[in-house]
Amino acid sequence: MNSVILQIAARYIKALLVLFAMIALLRGHNYPGGGFIGGLLAALSVIYYGFAFNVRQVREKLKVNPATYIAIGLFLVVLSFIPSILNQLELMQGVWLKVQIPVLGELKLGTPFLFDMGVFLTVIGVTFLFFFSLTKVE
Amino acid sequence: MEILLAILVGILYTAGVYMILRRSIVKFIIGIIFLSNATNLLVFLASGVVSGKPVFVGEEPANASQMADPLPQALVLTAIVIGFGIVVFTLALKYKFFELTGTDDLDQLKKTDN
Amino acid sequence: MTITALPILIPFVLIIILIISRSLVFSKITSIVGSFGLLILSMIIFYKVNKLGFLVLNMAGWKSPYGITLVIDFMSSLMLMVSSVIVFAIAIYAYRSLNEEKQVTKFYVFFFSLIMGVNGAFITGDVFNLYVWFEVMLISSFVLITFGKSKEQLEGGIKYLALNLLGSLFFLAGLGLLYGKTGTLNMAHLADILRNDHQAILMNTSAILFFIAFGIKAAVFPLFFWLPASYHTANITISSLFAGLLTKVGVYAFIRFFTLFFVHDQAFWHQFLLIIAGFTMIIGGMSASVHYDTRKILSYHIISQIGYMIMGLGIYTPLAIAGAIFFTIHNMIAKTNTFIVAGLIYKLKGSFYLKDVGGIIKQNPVLAILFVIPAFALAGVPPISGFFAKFILIKASIDDSHFVIAIIAVLTALLTLYSMIKIWNEAFLKKQPDNEFSGQNTSLSFLDMLPSIILGTISILMGIFAFKVFDFTMQAADQLIEGTSYINNVLNR
Repeated sequence: MNSVILQIAARYIKALLVLFAMIALLRGHNYPGGGFIGGLLAALSVIYYGFAFNVRQVREKLKVNPATYIAIGLFLVVLSFIPSILNQLELMQGVWLKVQIPVLGELKLGTPFLFDMGVFLTVIGVTFLFFFSLTKVE
Repeated sequence: MEILLAILVGILYTAGVYMILRRSIVKFIIGIIFLSNATNLLVFLASGVVSGKPVFVGEEPANASQMADPLPQALVLTAIVIGFGIVVFTLALKYKFFELTGTDDLDQLKKTDN
Repeated sequence: MTITALPILIPFVLIIILIISRSLVFSKITSIVGSFGLLILSMIIFYKVNKLGFLVLNMAGWKSPYGITLVIDFMSSLMLMVSSVIVFAIAIYAYRSLNEEKQVTKFYVFFFSLIMGVNGAFITGDVFNLYVWFEVMLISSFVLITFGKSKEQLEGGIKYLALNLLGSLFFLAGLGLLYGKTGTLNMAHLADILRNDHQAILMNTSAILFFIAFGIKAAVFPLFFWLPASYHTANITISSLFAGLLTKVGVYAFIRFFTLFFVHDQAFWHQFLLIIAGFTMIIGGMSASVHYDTRKILSYHIISQIGYMIMGLGIYTPLAIAGAIFFTIHNMIAKTNTFIVAGLIYKLKGSFYLKDVGGIIKQNPVLAILFVIPAFALAGVPPISGFFAKFILIKASIDDSHFVIAIIAVLTALLTLYSMIKIWNEAFLKKQPDNEFSGQNTSLSFLDMLPSIILGTISILMGIFAFKVFDFTMQAADQLIEGTSYINNVLNR
């Protein structure tokens, strides 16, 4: 496909989609959104770019192997189990850490976010894998 | 609302069964997509439809029974994700098969039966 | 109790390691060490269940009817242990047998995700969670069955995928209707509701959908066609794994559902299950006897032996359920072993087709002994495990005066014996015919035969210590039929 309109649009939409993916990921704990949807959106930005330009180029620019994304994502998921085990809670029970940031106020970091982050990366990896294997680049 | 959805489930099942009985593999995959969507809707429908009262969002109503049940939504979401994975795998399999044999005809698949 | 979740977590961690592994030898050794760890873990779990009765884990601290619960009772722990033995044997077998194919490292990733699915299905206490584990298992098995990407494998893969996919859709539909009617998907809660409430007609719609779903997974009579069309196409290592594990997860789900909460309308269901069991046995056995491809004979045997397990469920006395569980664990081990031996014959001779091969008894007498053990176990010759499994089932059916099914069971045992003797005569006794395979002179090393030796030893030990195994299965069956202790333990009353 070689459409100028699509190519120019892809440049802007790529950034917007990544931003949107981050918003979906971060608000996922209490509102619609979360790791899966965020991951799909983030992967979509690259896939859109691939459609507009050249899938092979995109694959080369990406450098990281999709399987590595999956491995890191799954590793984060396992990591999110560890605090609950160390604190003698039931497996996967949320553990929260409150961090004071000078200007912005209190930040609550918890294992559910780590879990979501893991899902996010896994979904990105899986979607890349789907895309590259269906377009015969891998 | 329930009646409409029930009719939709019926139509989707009919279309799905019709499509998986066709000879082409692509049509078979389309049939699978119809069937899995029909099943997702069925799960959603069977556990009761409440319109406009999502849980966890906005203020909580006084009576819990007025809220929508979040569990079937979670179930359907999971089922959709699984369905997504399976459909992509089926497409990749079909692609590979077409590359090797050059046929889209299910009637050609007779070699492994006996 | 975090140990309850470890049968899922260990394969999960292994998957992560294997995804990033680039070296084949590293993957192979990791898989052997990992599966040995699983075996040890399953033994610890078995010991703990033996002492405590139940292991219950409420995931993320959500109390039982609301969250996802993992429950290990006696039957789950038995199944976990047997499946770990098989996984260990296959991991050793794969060390020698998988070399030529491309991307062997990928095999191990899906190998362990399959095991994660199987273990998850054994220990979950939630119907939807069971569906998810079934899907994990299925998706990995889709990848594994098309592993070599030859024409035949893709064709078998399409058939396997099509029917199993329909099975999962039936499962999902049944589950949705069940949730709509009861408002819960926790198995213990379901049992609590359904055992005290007899709305038989409404429940039957869900039950029949579940029957079709599990029937497809377990390959019972009218729903088994995917199995003989696909199992023989896959790589023999993968076929032996599937033969031991996949259909038995379907049987496990059958036993779990139809003893724990689908206990309404017993007159219809037990009669129905017995009829299905009879047809499954006889048709599987007869189809096996006309084939000359080792893998096809063994594939049809899987079907005929599923019949015995369903028969135990259909009779529904504690003795019969114990027999069904005994038969399941015996069959998982013996069946995997026969497939492994078939793979060894292929390695020795270069063909699975019985007319092409012969004279193995002279060439490799050890292999002959290794074949005889699981073959006798399957056919039910006294000192080995299969005899006792069949004996318990037939005794239970006669005790409960189901004479027809008892006769069918005996006849099927004879058919099994016939097929096993056929393999024996053709592959081992007969002289090697003059063809392109006669020049083959590969020898088998000890490591090749080690998995078969392990499984064969277990089969013999299960025969010698049959009373001990029977005690365990009886305990499991009592626990299943009684049900209230399961409900009370999970719902924390």
